Amino acid sequence: MAGNAQLAAPVNYTDEAVRGLALASVAWGIVGMLVGVIIAALLAFPDLTHGISWLSYGRLRPLHTNAVIFAFGGCALMATSFHVVQRTCQVPLFLPWLAKFVFWGWQVVIIAAAITLPLGFTQGKEYAELEWPIDILIAVVWVAYAIVFFGTIGKRKVRHIYVANWFFGAFIIAVALLHIVNSAAMPVSLLKSYSAYAGVQDAMVQWWYGHNAVGFFLTAGFLGMMYYFIPKQAERPVYSYRLSIVHFWALIFTYMWAGPHHLHYTALPDWAQSVGMVFSLVLLAPSWGGMINGMMTLSGAWHKLRDDPILKFLIVALSFYGMSTFEGPMMSIKTVNALSHYTDWGIAHVHSGSLGWVGFITVGSLYYLIPRMFGRTTMHSVPAISLHFWIATLGVVLYIAAMWIAGVMQGMMWRAVNPDGTLVYTFVESVKATWPFYIVRLVGGILYLSGMCVMAWNVAMTIRSGRALPSSIPQHLAFA
Amino acid sequence: MEILYLLIPLSAVLVLGILGVFAWALHGGQFDDLEQHGEQILDAATDSLDPHQGC
Repeated sequence: MAGNAQLAAPVNYTDEAVRGLALASVAWGIVGMLVGVIIAALLAFPDLTHGISWLSYGRLRPLHTNAVIFAFGGCALMATSFHVVQRTCQVPLFLPWLAKFVFWGWQVVIIAAAITLPLGFTQGKEYAELEWPIDILIAVVWVAYAIVFFGTIGKRKVRHIYVANWFFGAFIIAVALLHIVNSAAMPVSLLKSYSAYAGVQDAMVQWWYGHNAVGFFLTAGFLGMMYYFIPKQAERPVYSYRLSIVHFWALIFTYMWAGPHHLHYTALPDWAQSVGMVFSLVLLAPSWGGMINGMMTLSGAWHKLRDDPILKFLIVALSFYGMSTFEGPMMSIKTVNALSHYTDWGIAHVHSGSLGWVGFITVGSLYYLIPRMFGRTTMHSVPAISLHFWIATLGVVLYIAAMWIAGVMQGMMWRAVNPDGTLVYTFVESVKATWPFYIVRLVGGILYLSGMCVMAWNVAMTIRSGRALPSSIPQHLAFA
Repeated sequence: MEILYLLIPLSAVLVLGILGVFAWALHGGQFDDLEQHGEQILDAATDSLDPHQGC
């Protein structure tokens, strides 16, 4: 390490893109969750939007999933990864102008999605609905994101690459690969294209993408957040750094082939379904290793959980991660899947992962990050964080409990057979029986959205009383 | 299932790539002092928020 060279003028971290992306994440979170509340209401009250096509369930549902995953989650991942990679490598971002391009490019992608999806332009692939021109823009922005991130790692002044960066790095590379393979399509006009694959081949590629998007976008990326912000907020190193390394390598070696569990009892060959099931079951081990590792970081300091609402968010996120990564492998077992698939149990599972794990870890991390990006160490109101935590927790619990009960009930009703071999229930009877649970789910969703509104107020107040000052990189490095 | 002729080689290439990166990290000394590396991010020197910036 060339010590003398560093005694020159102080160098600042490049946080412009981090600030923009963090605030965009909060704003898009509210938009995406509001659309979620609207479609939850549409399931209970189908005539709510008077049959206006661009406000129909089929148009708004992909808008909801894209907004919460890629706008809320994506902006948060970009913000935290740009923040974490600079702090752990002790250098400013590589090519700051390219980081700004990542910010603006990603906002253009989001706005293009918000316009084209309600208008009905879609490739019809779940979580990959956007048409080919937007797909190309996503690929360009993503490559720029990768260049900034890995460029920063490349010029790092700390020799060791902190574990969070490994998770962020794997997430960036995997999403690029998944997106490019799954979005391959033949355009016939500016806003219409056909997939490069057909039939069951297309289904296999789609769920190879779909499940790995869950694995790398919604798991690996947010684990990067977890491994940085939990130790920082708890002011303790991660419980076992060794286990975090094992967690990383075990997860990325085993994740790629879990996808076929989305295609049980379909035209996909039986053996491919079984391969998907086995890989899904294997995933339980690294997932729980990581969950326990994160939670045990508080070992010996559990009292911090009582007073610190940010830690509450982060640790409850991990308990939802543990629940979802237990539930997922169980649901991938073919006999369980025969009951759960196509029911609202799937919706319960997805939302315990997204509202509980992804939402809570993001919110907790942003509550740590945002004040520090505006020259403060705490948010404007800590009681408001507490309020947000309790509203959101109640919302998630109502949401997933209602959908669990509804899902198991639907599965049981659909498979009930009379002694003469006819079905006991018609489909519409199961819809009727589900109605009260749709109402409970709607209430849960409204609560969760209200929590995000509390957060937006708190963020606005924090910015008003703070200043976006550049923060300098420490000059004296003891480690190399 | 012709698609497997794409997906399986892709997985194999990926696993080889991951193995390569793992070997680089292992032999490059990334995992030599795991206890210290875990604590490094909590080092006061890495906390960039200067006291005069606080409100």
